[in-house]
Amino acid sequence: MAKKIAVDPITRIEGHLRIEAQLEGGKIANAWSSSTAFRGIETILKGRDPRDAHHFTQRFCGVCTTVHSMASIRAVEDALKIQIPDNARLIRNIIMGIQNVQDHVIHFYHLHALDWVDITSALKADPKKTAQLAQSISDWPNSSVKHFKAVKERIAAFVSTGRLGPFQNAYWGHSAYRLPPEANLMAVAHYLEALEWQKEVIKVHAILGSKNPHPQTFLVGGMAIPVDPDSQNAINADKIAYMQKLLKKARLFVEQVYIPDLLAVASFYKDWAAIGGGVGNYLAYGDFHMDNAGGTDNLYFPRGVIMGKDLANVLPMDEKKITEYVTHSWYDYSGGNDRGLHPYQGETSHNYTGPKPPYDFLDTDGKYSWVKSPRYNDQPMEVGPLARVLVAYASGNQDAKTIVNYVLGQLGVGPEALFSTLGRTAARGVDCLMMARMNEKWVADLVNNMGRGIYETHNAEKWDPSTWPKEAQGFGYHEAPRGALGHWIRIENGQIANFQAVVPSTWNAGPRDAAGQMGPYESALVGTPIADENKPLEILRTIHSFDPCLACAVHVMDGKGNELIKVKAL
Amino acid sequence: MKTEHTPNEVSIPEETLRKWEARGVSRRDFIKFCTATTAAMALPMTFVPRVAQAMEDNRLPVIWVEYQSCSGDSEAFLRANQPAAGDIILDVISLEYSEVLMAAAGHLAEEAKQQAMEKYKGKYVLIVEGAIPKGDGGVYCTVAGRSAVDSCTELVRNAAATICVGSCASFGGIPAAAPNPTDAVSVMDLVPGAPVINLPGCPVNAENLTATIVHFLTFGKLPATDRLGRPKFAYGKRIHDNCERRAHFDAGQYAEAFGDAGHRQGHCLYKLGCKGPETFHNCPTIRYNEGTSWLVMAGHGCVGCSEPQFWDTMSPFYRRLPNVPGFGVEMTADKIGIGLAAATAVAFGAHGVASCFRRGDNMEQDKVIEEE
Ligand code: SF4
Repeated sequence: MAKKIAVDPITRIEGHLRIEAQLEGGKIANAWSSSTAFRGIETILKGRDPRDAHHFTQRFCGVCTTVHSMASIRAVEDALKIQIPDNARLIRNIIMGIQNVQDHVIHFYHLHALDWVDITSALKADPKKTAQLAQSISDWPNSSVKHFKAVKERIAAFVSTGRLGPFQNAYWGHSAYRLPPEANLMAVAHYLEALEWQKEVIKVHAILGSKNPHPQTFLVGGMAIPVDPDSQNAINADKIAYMQKLLKKARLFVEQVYIPDLLAVASFYKDWAAIGGGVGNYLAYGDFHMDNAGGTDNLYFPRGVIMGKDLANVLPMDEKKITEYVTHSWYDYSGGNDRGLHPYQGETSHNYTGPKPPYDFLDTDGKYSWVKSPRYNDQPMEVGPLARVLVAYASGNQDAKTIVNYVLGQLGVGPEALFSTLGRTAARGVDCLMMARMNEKWVADLVNNMGRGIYETHNAEKWDPSTWPKEAQGFGYHEAPRGALGHWIRIENGQIANFQAVVPSTWNAGPRDAAGQMGPYESALVGTPIADENKPLEILRTIHSFDPCLACAVHVMDGKGNELIKVKAL
Repeated sequence: MKTEHTPNEVSIPEETLRKWEARGVSRRDFIKFCTATTAAMALPMTFVPRVAQAMEDNRLPVIWVEYQSCSGDSEAFLRANQPAAGDIILDVISLEYSEVLMAAAGHLAEEAKQQAMEKYKGKYVLIVEGAIPKGDGGVYCTVAGRSAVDSCTELVRNAAATICVGSCASFGGIPAAAPNPTDAVSVMDLVPGAPVINLPGCPVNAENLTATIVHFLTFGKLPATDRLGRPKFAYGKRIHDNCERRAHFDAGQYAEAFGDAGHRQGHCLYKLGCKGPETFHNCPTIRYNEGTSWLVMAGHGCVGCSEPQFWDTMSPFYRRLPNVPGFGVEMTADKIGIGLAAATAVAFGAHGVASCFRRGDNMEQDKVIEEE
């Protein structure tokens, strides 16, 4: 007997996501992914100063808060052909790098781990055995019996109050939890340690960008943070030393806590290396410029496309092949809802046809989400750390190969295991470790520049809009923690004429397209076993493995269906 | 902070300190937290024992909801210090609902929210993040099939108090920026007359949030506010009043371009668009991320994010505020600051006006607004 269930809200994510699933014979037979909120920031951007766009777009998302600044600024720089100073390149790499590292660790411990870790079982753990386990997998100094005993007592005291706060009503005791109590206690201890750690290491954002979340330091043409060893008010030796300390702290935690925990937890869930694969097509824009030439040839994470899990052929990425469909999204296209539009031509006139709230189920045969359906060459694509790591691995990036092979070796699985829920979670760890190591190199390069008397951080040549062409358009990209992020801007008479963003969660969370092809979330859920339909823990596992971020995904909508405001010449 | 060096003036009962130690919070950290929080609320140090006492009582039930948000305020909360987010969650409050952090999902999550609302009716603190879209029957934001308009109204009505974190919940924020496509409103506009306090900022400064919660725990009521519902302890002065670059402003020393010698040496950012003279917030004194930095310290001007409708009234962000004559004269600068705020409020009173003005404006020229 088929039965439909809805999980709404999907928690431990950014934004509002709803999953509806059809169950048959203990498995998911069909699935629909819906975003249930939007704001209309793209409409709000029209007519504004393109140099301001990054302040607005940064508010697409407060979780990985630098990424939209980056993409917006690159879009304007692409449109106006601006080359940034080398120091600005390095500072951007460091900001982006620590963002990826911190975000992945938060995702693993605070947003994903509770899908695999039963916090209540930790109370049965023997702290001595927990310490033995922890010491057997890593040199992390904080693995004493005393430490785990203290954590256990703290949790026990908390539970004894009878008020579980954010931990109540969860799926504790579910048959799909498989870790022994000791591993659960270790994970809970690291959940708390990671919470402390993340607020420390992200201070790199504050040093370079004033605060986190929402740093305020990006500029079209470079960065606002000055660099000068002879000033109290710029990045000087003191601040460099502080950053180095924080970046080392970041790397050590990833090396000694995150990666060992990831491998330890994964070893109990190897069956998830065959579940949750999804569309099998992967897209990466590539990022982290290794020189100042401005092209995309020398990127630490290369650009590319993999179709049908074929790692032997990494295809070149061509942004012209990107389109968005609204067949199942609450919008209309003037030329008909069954064709795809490239972002430069993007239209966003809303047409909500869903049920009137409160409702129990959506009409999944019709339109059912605020997210559009992006396609590459008319194919659905997965983006994110897995796509990024696969493209790097298949393109022969040495760091990616070494770490991926290590992880696969430790788990005793082959590369095909990467195309799964477990593979997605593991690839995030690989990505994190690669970035954690590179950050220190970029700081060293910045120090080298400063030592040679190079202090420039901003190219102001085209700062003044009167120097701009009457019309220009540009594509800005970034490999955000959640994957390929693109902003497309059209500038007319010094103002934003059109702005479109296709964000990682739009790629992954989008509904079906005109041809009925499922989006990556939907596709990944099909075939997943569900042990208890009232507690569909397995849905959370696969959906969280993508690290959903929905506020981002619903940025681009024009709520009133307004035509683009015609910008008059002044 | 002065109080940190004089802990002997503060007497917190030994028993209390021991209880916190048993919970894994060192006595040093606890004393530091109580004194820092007392200072943040601008209270005399004699209040420290009272703050400590308040922390001792049963954990305050808190429901944290998100509507049209970016989760930036939740993230800011995760960066909280003294006590850190982990300590707050385990020891200070009982976080009954938070989409970002809670383990439960789907109907079980909704059940937890509903149960907390009923069980702690009139006693819980509601924290709202994000604006609420009223347009078209509330279809632009639903959770579990229910509109944000409905669920927010119900939660506010049953709360002892509501704390709006960030500019979206406080004033509508970015969703309400012109042309406000979803008819987004703030909590005080959605439920007029409810006990609401606003902690604007994009995002909220976690220390101001902690201080507000502790104020509530200590005195059983919300702190005194300005006419916009912002607590005076955090929003009582303009950024410009406490800015570390103020001496340069008064001396007429300005950065003329990003990265020039004046900019590198910490000169005033007014000409690069700093909105500090019109913005009420304690950024320069408490800074962000455990006092590591703030906007002006990192070389970028203030964008005015704690002011209502700042996306419209303060942008373009890189254009200087309307011309401030009489460099170097403290009194004149102050007078102008006040004049500006009033004039801007008139000029940008309505969204529509704001966007027309913006579009019709030549962005590189100073807006000239007559002083009253
Ligand atoms: S204009 Fe800005 S940078 Fe200058 S003193 Fe005022 S607040 Fe500080």
